[in-house]
Amino acid sequence: MGNPTDDPWWFSTTDHKKIGIRYLYTAFAFLLLGGIEALILRVQLAQPNARLLSPEAYNQLFTMHGISMIFLYAQPILSGFSNYLWPLLLGSRDMAFPRLNALSYWVFLAAGLFIYSSFLVGAAPNDGWFNYVPYANREYNPGPNIDFLALGMILLGISTTVGGINFVVTTFKMRAPGMSINRMPILIWGTLTASVANIFVIPVVSLAFFLLWLDRQFGTDFFRVEAGGQPLLWQHLFWIFGHPWVYAIILPAMGMVSDALPVLCRRPLVGYTFVALATVATMAIGFGVWTHHMFVTGLPGISLSFFSGASIVIAIPSAVSVFAWIATIWTGRPVLNTAFLFFASFIVLFVIGGVSGFMTASVPVDWQLHDTYFVVAHIHYVLIGINVFPVIGAFYHWLPKMSGRLMSETLGLWNFWLMFIGMNLAFLPMHLTGLWGMPRRVYTYGESFGWNTLNMITTIGAFVFAAGVLVFLVNVFLTLRSGRRAGANPWAAGSLEWATTSPPPPYNFAVIPTVRSRYPLWEHQLRDTPHRSEPYRGLELAKGHEALKSSTLDAEPQAILPMPHASLDPVLLTLGLAVLFVALLVHGWWVALGSGLFILGVVIHWIWPRAEFGSREPPEEEAAHG
Amino acid sequence: MAEQASPGGLHPLPVGNISPHSMGLLGFWGLVATEAALFGALLFAYFYSAFGAGRAWPPEGLPTLALSGPNTAILAASSITLWLGERAMKRRGSRRGLALGTAASLALGILFLAIQIKEWADKGYGIDDHAYAAHFYTITGFHVAHVVFGLILLAAMLIWTLRNYFSKARHEPVVMVSLYWHFVDVVWLFVFASLYLSPYLLR
Repeated sequence: MGNPTDDPWWFSTTDHKKIGIRYLYTAFAFLLLGGIEALILRVQLAQPNARLLSPEAYNQLFTMHGISMIFLYAQPILSGFSNYLWPLLLGSRDMAFPRLNALSYWVFLAAGLFIYSSFLVGAAPNDGWFNYVPYANREYNPGPNIDFLALGMILLGISTTVGGINFVVTTFKMRAPGMSINRMPILIWGTLTASVANIFVIPVVSLAFFLLWLDRQFGTDFFRVEAGGQPLLWQHLFWIFGHPWVYAIILPAMGMVSDALPVLCRRPLVGYTFVALATVATMAIGFGVWTHHMFVTGLPGISLSFFSGASIVIAIPSAVSVFAWIATIWTGRPVLNTAFLFFASFIVLFVIGGVSGFMTASVPVDWQLHDTYFVVAHIHYVLIGINVFPVIGAFYHWLPKMSGRLMSETLGLWNFWLMFIGMNLAFLPMHLTGLWGMPRRVYTYGESFGWNTLNMITTIGAFVFAAGVLVFLVNVFLTLRSGRRAGANPWAAGSLEWATTSPPPPYNFAVIPTVRSRYPLWEHQLRDTPHRSEPYRGLELAKGHEALKSSTLDAEPQAILPMPHASLDPVLLTLGLAVLFVALLVHGWWVALGSGLFILGVVIHWIWPRAEFGSREPPEEEAAHG
Repeated sequence: MAEQASPGGLHPLPVGNISPHSMGLLGFWGLVATEAALFGALLFAYFYSAFGAGRAWPPEGLPTLALSGPNTAILAASSITLWLGERAMKRRGSRRGLALGTAASLALGILFLAIQIKEWADKGYGIDDHAYAAHFYTITGFHVAHVVFGLILLAAMLIWTLRNYFSKARHEPVVMVSLYWHFVDVVWLFVFASLYLSPYLLR
């Protein structure tokens, strides 16, 4: 009998580890594309009155830079880590829905290619990543640029939503026996919180893009003010999604730091409960801050006060986490390796980005700074500081688990210092550029405006940062080819993913472990924790072919679930969706109808009750023999 | 796949997606949650535009309840027949009861669909005539799309029932499809209250 995760074809796998690695590769590719776009923008902006890019080319590049980084890199890279790590952290054999997991990857890939294919016809989206009307309306933007984005975002939303549902059900139902909810690693809390938010806010932005597409293609009047529509409705719908999304792309990264930093400080995380609650609280408040993006649109005073207050209050849970990390380093014995440097500097960058965010939460300050480079500096401190730095650190920490090989620390130091210096060189002076009045989204500026030196410094910093990313790529390449063997637990870490081999076998754990503390592998070293977890003894469950379902809060075993086999349904469904969206883009209505029927057929095949999953009575002839 | 002892060795664990341990049902709850958020956003956009437009909403005057009122009752009835069918399977393992209930819901759902199409045809305006029309057709259109998908699920469930897939112990797909259909019905109550009743209150 073959292993359940054996693949008849490469693209039919449902193994969360393979899917996770594909997520990481794909998201990183989009990071590189977005980075190249950024470098071209910085060359254009390095000097006044430059003519490298036309205004239209500049618009397309800065828009695609934002879309690549925010939608195609920042969230998917975290999904990649979560996909790979979750079942390992939870002591499980796989995600709750392995086929949905594959679907979310393939649809993400299709959406990314769909949006990027706009370059092939020279009509990339050109209205910024938040795509405000009226410029996005057809009167002002007649080409297919915005349609690529609108349809592509709906497609991407499908991927994020099914991924989110999968993470939520996996958290609550697939934990190893004894991993009660207060013993889950913080990464689980981070991605769980982000996933719950995504389930509720992704439909809002998908709807906004759908309504915009109707306005553009069918002449409806949702956003067109001359026909009774509401242009501001776009901003509301976008930011109801957009601000929770900002937290969705940082909370899992903060979770990775909360889990990996204590390992490198040789002690448990300080204030576990507070950090977990701060994660949830950040998102809860994050649902009520969206109009701080809209302070200059003429909202009523009561609205300004409320959203300004909420935006200031959100600093509190963030500060709780920051103090917990600092205390962990302070009271621990830090190992100063590359991963530690990335995690520790993340705290610094987070504080700088948090303070500039706190400043713009104040309405009068925001009125001054709105649409200046100050806001650009803020968003880059937040997104590079809280997403990219933890992600690169996480590669140094977990790539040994994924590949079985350690990354080079020498190259790691070059990697870190180039990125850290480049990042601060690029974006610290940019606060000044903004305070001195340089507006965002202009393709050039005059020589006498006083922004020349600052812009040149920023461009140099961007290239230093890019050199750091290049060193990282070289390091990964050399590691995968000839890195030193890592062994099961190179960092002497305490959580479950280090209890299995590096890389782990397809079934993850030979037996289902039992967990009685937050750090099951550290119990013999921690004085106040009785030695009770069983990482290496437990249920075998059909030689790795079945998984365990456990209760929501206490993780008591409830049922045994058969593991799904490799399946072509996810990739077929993705193909159907891709054809459907291309047909919608080019108005091929009959093709759209055909692909819609094909999608329906695959869905019915997918949910068809099967005896091997126990979702129907076995066929009679089998029952007679059984 | 024999039953295995739990770690304490106290009681054996059930194997497979048997109620109440179905993972698929939890996945459907996730689907319902995200779809509910979608309709929440649709109605948010509707009311945002309604309050922005003031008294000129709806521009053609108050909506008529002549078709939509009875149609709401028809959709509600389809939930009841489905509930009766599901109960027959859960309590008595009655394949016949489940098939009858599903078939009745299927018929009522198709009737709802036909009346909704008639309702559209009777409107004197198209989707691109004004902002109200855009919201009206989009919201009811989204709902109709969900009704159509629900009907396809009900049809599949009828086939599964007639092919004897289900028993008193194993009928998880029935619970899943029912959840979806009840959701489609409950969402209609919100749509109906927003599109057909709220203009009377807001005038």
